[in-house]
Amino acid sequence: MSAPLLETRGISLAFGAVVAAESIDFSLQAGERLAVVGQNGAGKTTFINICTGHLAPASGKVFFDGHDVTGRSSRAITRMGVGRTFQLPQIFTAHTVRECLLLAASSVARRRGFWIPLEEAVDAGAVDETLNLLQLAGRADDLAGSLPGGQRKLLDVAMALVLQPKLMIMDEPTSGVSSDEKHDLMRVLMGALDERQVTTIFVEHDIDIVRRYATRMCAWIAGRIAADGPPDRVLADPVVIRNVIGA
Amino acid sequence: MRLRLFVCSLLLLVLALPLAVPWLKTPFLLAMSNGVAVLGVAVLIRAGQVSFGHAMFACLAGYGAAYAGRLWHLDALLLILLGTGLAAAAGAVIGLFMVRYRGIFFGMLNLAFSMMLFAVLGKFGALTGGTDGLRFDRPTFGFVHLERDAFESALLAVALLLAVAAGWCVQRYYHSVAGQALAAIKTNETRLEYLGISAKRIFWGGYVLAATLCGLGGTLFALTQGLVTPEMGYWVRSGELVFVAILGGSSHAVGAFLGAFVFEFMKLYAAALITGMWQLVLGLVLIVMVFVAPTGIFGLLSPYLGRHPHKRHPAGSRAVSREAA
Repeated sequence: MSAPLLETRGISLAFGAVVAAESIDFSLQAGERLAVVGQNGAGKTTFINICTGHLAPASGKVFFDGHDVTGRSSRAITRMGVGRTFQLPQIFTAHTVRECLLLAASSVARRRGFWIPLEEAVDAGAVDETLNLLQLAGRADDLAGSLPGGQRKLLDVAMALVLQPKLMIMDEPTSGVSSDEKHDLMRVLMGALDERQVTTIFVEHDIDIVRRYATRMCAWIAGRIAADGPPDRVLADPVVIRNVIGA
Repeated sequence: MRLRLFVCSLLLLVLALPLAVPWLKTPFLLAMSNGVAVLGVAVLIRAGQVSFGHAMFACLAGYGAAYAGRLWHLDALLLILLGTGLAAAAGAVIGLFMVRYRGIFFGMLNLAFSMMLFAVLGKFGALTGGTDGLRFDRPTFGFVHLERDAFESALLAVALLLAVAAGWCVQRYYHSVAGQALAAIKTNETRLEYLGISAKRIFWGGYVLAATLCGLGGTLFALTQGLVTPEMGYWVRSGELVFVAILGGSSHAVGAFLGAFVFEFMKLYAAALITGMWQLVLGLVLIVMVFVAPTGIFGLLSPYLGRHPHKRHPAGSRAVSREAA
């Protein structure tokens, strides 16, 4: 088996008396599509925040692509190839959709000059391709702030995808999206990630979505991984049924 | 196209009017120097930050030029270069500290720095001339000794040239990667970091640019007056820069100069008509502007200049307009 793309060794973090992560040993191979499930407050977002450099663990180590990234800034980890999206889409509301992607692409091109216009500083072809892939080409010239919820989610992913990440971590990609739109949104998202062959972790509450799109599933309970494996097996685990699914 | 025509007409007016009405030279020069400094403050507004201390860079640059003028009798063009460079260097150093803060803390820290400078300049009279300031002789212009009138004419021409260059450079900056990233600080700094772009570094660049422009404005002001005083760096002066930025509109570089000219003449006539209460007029105008034209004078003119609010504008201008609205 090849070296894991992402690995955590004994990471722990508590906020006062609340233990958000307790000695988590975890590894993810390239090509996996992992769903993270758990009740609110189980520590899912804390785990993501630690892996993406937003939080530093009190103890333990995080490795990405063989490099120790523990305590590194989110900016540094992003540059190493970790893309991230958020429960509330983090977009530039006063920029157009296209400008948002151009700005993201400028980060890959490492061109942040005072002089060269944004349009000329980056590979516009790559931006157009990503716009098409995420079905945003029709709204390229609209203000990002004017997009409806589902398209904001797509834009959030598109901005991370332009960075050509090796790993995409998505925090609740379907939250705030109507149940009718969820599957369409996930189909477009997962299609784009498949096309770019990006390893994916996504936090999700909708078990139907998990069953359909995940190749592996981790159930989080009180800052620990209670079950880890193929979705069918994890979903059949009595502890997961009792504490996570709530049936 | 219509915007270019408008700008060219304004430039012609600024050049031609003082030929017909010579007393206009000084207010035009003051407005021009103020406009350049306001342009600096407008750069920060694009990042959603308001500084109540940026007059300190104008003051530093003015004092630098005054000292150099008194000690080394440098040419006016060299003094402009020196004063502006001094402000840029100070901005680069102070900016390292300032870019860590946002919102009210950013505004107040700038104010604190400017008040420290104000106190130092006022209290160390032996070096700085105290509250009376420093007077310096009219320098040579292009290494030629000119009489006052000719000096003012030459200074006006150079100030106009520098103002056009500053405005063009700032517009170019607004459309650049760094300028667009600066505007993104206003709406989503978190995403900027998760794109691998350092918001602090981007903001530092904007801060240094703002300080440089304030320094250029301050040097032009000092050369116009032949006198620098601590008042140049007083917080009220910084507030004026913000006032003019709102009055003119910060969506385009032209707004800073429109605001500066309107402000200068409004102050001039208000002070003549109701001496001692001219601030009342300014206050009323600001209230009216905020309610009636939150995008400033340039925002009011935009539809007539063929500028669609969502097309071709760099993102920051939209952010500014939308927030003001």
